[in-house]
Amino acid sequence: MNLAIRDIRHKLSRFLLTAVGIGLLLMIVMGMAGIYQGLTEDALSFLERTKANLWIVQRGTRGPFAEISRIPWSLEDRAYAVTGVATARAFVSHTIQREYQGKPLRIVVQGLAWPKDDGSVLPLVAGRALGQAHYEMLADRTLGLRVGDRVPLGKDIYTVVGITTGMTGPSGDGTAFFTVRDAIAIQYDVPGEAIRLEREARRSRLEKQDLANTQPLLLERAAGPASQLPALGTQNVVAIMVNVAPGVDPARVAKVISGWTDVTAYSNDVQRELMLKSIERNRKQIGLFRTLLVIISAIIMALILYTLTLDKIHDIAMLKLMGARNRVVVALILQQALLLGALGYGLAYGIGLWIFPLFPRRVAITNANLVQLSLIVLAISILSSLLGIWKAMSVQPNEILS
Amino acid sequence: MRTILQSDALSVDAQSLTKVYGYGNTEVVAMREVSFQVQRGEVVALVGPSGAGKSTLLTAIGLINPPTSGNITISGCPVMDGPRPLVDIRAFRRKYLGFVFQKANLIPFLNALENVQVAMEINDIPSRKARKRALELLDYLGVADRSGNPPSTLSGGQQQRVAVARALANNPSLILADEPTAALDSHRGRQVMELFRMVAHEQKAGVIVVTHDHRALDIFDRILEMEDGVLRPSATGPSSWNAETRA
Repeated sequence: MNLAIRDIRHKLSRFLLTAVGIGLLLMIVMGMAGIYQGLTEDALSFLERTKANLWIVQRGTRGPFAEISRIPWSLEDRAYAVTGVATARAFVSHTIQREYQGKPLRIVVQGLAWPKDDGSVLPLVAGRALGQAHYEMLADRTLGLRVGDRVPLGKDIYTVVGITTGMTGPSGDGTAFFTVRDAIAIQYDVPGEAIRLEREARRSRLEKQDLANTQPLLLERAAGPASQLPALGTQNVVAIMVNVAPGVDPARVAKVISGWTDVTAYSNDVQRELMLKSIERNRKQIGLFRTLLVIISAIIMALILYTLTLDKIHDIAMLKLMGARNRVVVALILQQALLLGALGYGLAYGIGLWIFPLFPRRVAITNANLVQLSLIVLAISILSSLLGIWKAMSVQPNEILS
Repeated sequence: MRTILQSDALSVDAQSLTKVYGYGNTEVVAMREVSFQVQRGEVVALVGPSGAGKSTLLTAIGLINPPTSGNITISGCPVMDGPRPLVDIRAFRRKYLGFVFQKANLIPFLNALENVQVAMEINDIPSRKARKRALELLDYLGVADRSGNPPSTLSGGQQQRVAVARALANNPSLILADEPTAALDSHRGRQVMELFRMVAHEQKAGVIVVTHDHRALDIFDRILEMEDGVLRPSATGPSSWNAETRA
């Protein structure tokens, strides 16, 4: 005869209500683990996906994720020239916030090296990859955009042609993919008036020099578009992603590129470490909060089980009077603790599955996290029952006479 | 644990039991040099005013509250030498003693049948066998039709019958009852007392009942009277009071 089950059956509604309370608490613990995991996955997902062997960034920086990096786009061609390099692609990424249909829209703008990369390797759930060099975009579904939506960014309007899933930046904002040229245009967009003022300033500076008097055509050129001025540098990107040819050691290529005095080359593993370091503080914060929640859960469970034991003191005294061994009494309390923990865990999982997708940031529940939490719940259940067991063990049979 | 001598005619043999609570100025002697014997199949009433030491004696024999000095032998097995147990007390209680109290003390989350069954399962009797015997006992005590009821839905008399069934579950050689009829009306109280007599005679168990109910004393084979912690000399044998009452 299982005394624990019979006691639970006797006060079923109370037990279930308690289990719901424990379940909600465990759901928060589970959620914190999911947010912790989500933060890491968000940060690393792009790195995992690109599978670039090397990242060329501005010298002395830890870019492009942990720190700002700016290098000329032409570095793509320099990288191609290195022996052993199979592909070199410009990488552009920055976050913008615009208003769309009356609501703020935060987007991680990311450039694809069109036409080599049209985004078809991305996890598309609707629509298609990029089909032209300009004015098309792929949007992650967390942005809430649909295929066919036309989003004005800068001076142009971009049409959503595909929807991706799981594409968020390290900050959790949804990513939109454009060609590198469009991404740069969005990044360096300035208002028309600012352009006009800049052109006038250039013209004014030139007028003060003899050169303007001897070559009046230059004044006309200075007042024209910046892209038509050969004296200005090429556009900047944040990094160049390099993949080496099969059989080539990436370290050897990295050594060659690191010899250039204007850039640094990081392997994907180093980039991963830099990325994790950049979110280390957040991870620690969440991790500590989660630890606190586990301790609080254990204390609450212990108090609940202690109260449940106090309710049964008379019955435990009677069982002892009848000669029940200690293990009968321990089993009664421990089994209830384990059942409470198991039911709470199940409820936490069930409610979490339903509620976590509604969270604004990714809550990633992995099998490893579930196994870890189940072990934590097991430990909490056993530890929290100790208080009740201690109380039960101290009950004397003669208390039945009182 | 030492083997019980089932052939021993004595259910309990108590010699020179003394119980002292506290020490120094606060010392109280609750029981002094109490000696008596109860035969198997004998039903004995333990009477006396409040504070006479009846419950102290009962809990000492029931191995709940050890005496300060004296010896207790149950069914031929020495179990207490002063405060020192000579056997595994909890295991001995489980196998050889049955208890009934003023309140039935049924476990509220078990039904009537399970309340009896649990006493046997604690004693390592297989569940199916325990269930069968529990049903037989409830039938024997006239409450088989209430076997599935939780204690809260049973009357006081029915609860006490279930408690008696529980006390009998492991065929104890000694049943100890502390004012088992105090919460019952006189009719039901007498019924329970007659039940003890029937059980004692049929199951060959010694029964000691602490009672204040003088109306049912005729049911008992013998009456022990306690006062100020000692047994009255006249009460240690067949009592004239008993004889008078029976007459």
